[in-house]
Amino acid sequence: MAFAPSSTTSPRPGTTRGIHLPDTARDLVKILVAGPFGVGKTTLIDSVSEIRPLHTEEPLSEASAQVDDLAGVRDKSTTTVAVDFGRISLPGGVVLYLFGTPGQERFRALWDDIAYGALGALVLVDSRRIDASFDVLGLVEESGLPYAVAFNAFPDAPRHHTEEQLRAALDLEVGTPMVTCDARDAGSSVDALLALVQHLIDRNASEDSR
Amino acid sequence: MTGRPGGRPLVPAYLSTGGVARPSRPQLERLSVLTGTGTSPPTGLPAAQLALLDALDDGSLTVVEAAALLRLPVSAVRVLAGELVDRELVLARAPIPPAGRFDPDLLERVADGLRALKHN
Repeated sequence: MAFAPSSTTSPRPGTTRGIHLPDTARDLVKILVAGPFGVGKTTLIDSVSEIRPLHTEEPLSEASAQVDDLAGVRDKSTTTVAVDFGRISLPGGVVLYLFGTPGQERFRALWDDIAYGALGALVLVDSRRIDASFDVLGLVEESGLPYAVAFNAFPDAPRHHTEEQLRAALDLEVGTPMVTCDARDAGSSVDALLALVQHLIDRNASEDSR
Repeated sequence: MTGRPGGRPLVPAYLSTGGVARPSRPQLERLSVLTGTGTSPPTGLPAAQLALLDALDDGSLTVVEAAALLRLPVSAVRVLAGELVDRELVLARAPIPPAGRFDPDLLERVADGLRALKHN
């Protein structure tokens, strides 16, 4: 990540301590933290996760490998992409997993697999390059996953946009929550996740009343 | 994505499953919970299956956590775990117990839990 401290990489391979599930774990749920490379997905996951974020190397399909520009892919001899994830054990036996999900169209098969069973998605946007998030918003909407948008507050991000301008630029529906967060800050990241979860609760309630 | 530590995984992905590409039980999800049954493994168990079983010695892991630990693709761990379940060396359960599938309070519990985090 462009602004993440280099020390926030994954633990040493083979490090197992602290990774096993607590005995109280009962309901395992996941939320996708989606966005383009460099938007702060891993930073957000790292700031709230109880374990150092782990990652899996996911092979890309042959079809995508042929057009892959290899951006963000570890090296040219592999056609894999690293998917980071973290975990938060909540009171009451709920364990929340956060999956950092790249949003490019070429990751669609991987996206579908990760999104299966997810509660929703927190879409991270960098207001300095809003257009980089169009692909991921398209994927989220096509998958039917409810979502909220969080602008990661980069220090040099432009502050003159109004909420209406940002909503219009992203073509967001009226009910879609839009918040600003600092992905480096645990409290701020939790607030962004709460905005999403509250949206999911409200959505369920309005569906029930129909 | 941040930088990755170098080095090779314990078992190359293409060898880890003995050439089997599809799991015997397709319902294993990324967050399916794997738990060792404590039965001692038979001799001659493939190394990759043994590595997964060893990883479960200290407690339960989800499929995706096991994949990260063993540095194997999730798809390979699905195959390995399926074989270990077939051998009754591992139990797999769904991320949410069947009774909780339609729990309307689940989202509320997630929200309450997140709020509680903020006050710690």
